[in-house]
Amino acid sequence: MKTHLIAALVAATLGLGTGAAHAAEGAATVPDHDFSFEGVFGTFDRAAAQRGLQVYNQVCSSCHGMEYVPFRTLKDLGYSEDQVEAIAAQYTVTAGPNDQGEMYEKPAEPTDTFPMPYDNRQAAMNANGGAYPVDLSVITQARPGGPEYIRALLIGYEDPPADTNLAPGQYWNKYFPGHAIGMPQMLTDGAVEYADGTEATAEQMAADVATFLHWAAEPHMEERKRMGIKVILFLLVFTGLLYAVKRKIWSDVH
Amino acid sequence: MASDYKTPYSGVLGWLDDRLPVINFADQHLRFYPTPKNLTYAWNFGSLAGIALVIMIVTGIVLAMHYTPHEAHAFGSVEKIMRDVNYGWLLRYLHMNGASFFFIVVYIHIFRGLYYGSYKEPREVLWGLGVIILLLMMGTAFMGYTLPWGQMSFWGATVITNLFSAIPVVGEEITRWLWGGFAVGNPTLQRFFALHYLLPFVIAAVVVLHLVALHRYGSNNPLGINPKGKQDQIPFHPYYTIKDLFGLGVFLIALSVFVFFAPNYMGHADNYIPADPLVTPPHIVPEWYFLPFYAILRAIPDKLLGVVAMFGSIAVLFVLPWLDRSPVRSGKFRPIFKQFYWLLVADVILLGYVGAMPPEGIWIPLGRLATAYYFAYFLVILPLLGIFERPKPLPNSISEPVLKGGGQPAGATAKPMDKA
Repeated sequence: MKTHLIAALVAATLGLGTGAAHAAEGAATVPDHDFSFEGVFGTFDRAAAQRGLQVYNQVCSSCHGMEYVPFRTLKDLGYSEDQVEAIAAQYTVTAGPNDQGEMYEKPAEPTDTFPMPYDNRQAAMNANGGAYPVDLSVITQARPGGPEYIRALLIGYEDPPADTNLAPGQYWNKYFPGHAIGMPQMLTDGAVEYADGTEATAEQMAADVATFLHWAAEPHMEERKRMGIKVILFLLVFTGLLYAVKRKIWSDVH
Repeated sequence: MASDYKTPYSGVLGWLDDRLPVINFADQHLRFYPTPKNLTYAWNFGSLAGIALVIMIVTGIVLAMHYTPHEAHAFGSVEKIMRDVNYGWLLRYLHMNGASFFFIVVYIHIFRGLYYGSYKEPREVLWGLGVIILLLMMGTAFMGYTLPWGQMSFWGATVITNLFSAIPVVGEEITRWLWGGFAVGNPTLQRFFALHYLLPFVIAAVVVLHLVALHRYGSNNPLGINPKGKQDQIPFHPYYTIKDLFGLGVFLIALSVFVFFAPNYMGHADNYIPADPLVTPPHIVPEWYFLPFYAILRAIPDKLLGVVAMFGSIAVLFVLPWLDRSPVRSGKFRPIFKQFYWLLVADVILLGYVGAMPPEGIWIPLGRLATAYYFAYFLVILPLLGIFERPKPLPNSISEPVLKGGGQPAGATAKPMDKA
């Protein structure tokens, strides 16, 4: 990713060398993918993120939740108020207690967050052969390699090499550290039917859902970069002026 | 008993200064304060460190208004800051990256002092106060890293607090006392938050003492000789205020590159995973600014001795003024010292790199070698150099080499960087 390259250059000049400590081990190198949000001017491709949400809704959400991502923030991706309400209403959340002191199920509202489909961690692990389907709110930040790793992981399933022993409920993924992953391959060609008519190949879906998840992890990324450009341009001019004033003031010393 | 202070001001200012003489005090110490005229940009980092402390305190106070120090809510409250608090992402990224930049600035400040002998008589106390600030910063940064309650927060806190269990007899008891329980948990998080909020103000107080000690004898300078009068000095304002402001501009640009375009580059991905006492991350790595010390800790196979070496690597700085016996301050005039000094710089960078690597293979002997050199520099090389090194002749005064132009061994002010 370009951002990382720039950062690595700056870090190298500052004498930092921690990048090496972050490299994932025991897994194949994650292939590069050009995401729309990379680089100084990168933004989230709204169409890709919307397709990614569709993948999330129809595939990921059967096991995962995003407890820090409220439906209301989907407006950032170009949905109208009504559309956001409709998306939220596809999910059921537990609310209450009501006047009788009982908890009840209700369709989610925009103020709710993407719910976890299981009652608790134990239930989730029990239903998934002991593996816990992690919360996806900040998943692209929580893995070295970020969105590129997530994209690669989703399509990184292969038949295990002959000498590997996989426990039941485990699958072989070339990008997963240790290779034995509890999540089965979920993205196969045509797993969803895209509303915008894009052909839903596994590659396409993986890139789209990685875009969506990166938006979910960093919803303010576009604002951050826009502000950064303005701040740095201002500072460059201002620091240049300070330098000129400095030279003027010091001219009688040198 | 009234003092016989006479205010130099008239009018309203005079009335106020007569009753509260801080205006005169500020004028003497921030405006007219005589400063050597030959300070290079290496002298910018003291004031930058002060500004970094202010940035950390200001962003930190606002973050504290939205943060919840509870094991069940800490991670979520940080996400709330990142998503829902107005410009919360900016505050947090400034605070996260500000910590790294604070350490960068302070490390450069320390290495400048090491090269130009700023720790030598009569500045031993000034130097010692600086080492105390460094220790306080490390404690503050360590506890701050615990607060988001991610995996590295939890496991970093576990590893570091466990170091105290190496103390014979009472170690286990002390560790439990630090934790407030039988493992790192909610009581630990809450006390770390309280202390993380307190310590920066302690740092600010020690910074004031650092400045009092600094202004007693004034700044050292690249030649390491004392100013011989007015021709060697210039008032702090406007000369160094503008120079420091320009340095601040450059600092803010560098900080902005990270805050806005690579805010998580210096962090660790694992800290975006909520703390889980049942799952240990494959590599527990501290923040980059602790890596050299982490490497020293791991270089020694014995736990207690490793901890002693780690703390010793900082403690040795306290006695440095008495280890370096050379009467010459500036490394410019010490041909052999200079080589060992740059080797130390490379050595500390190597230690940092080793600290980031898993403790296996080549990294173990490299870490030991680098640790040995670190201590040898202070405990063996500097004392011996004081006896055996023949320093180059010192210039007569700060002004002299400037007047005579370049070609002098003391042509300090002819460095292109300082020509600005």
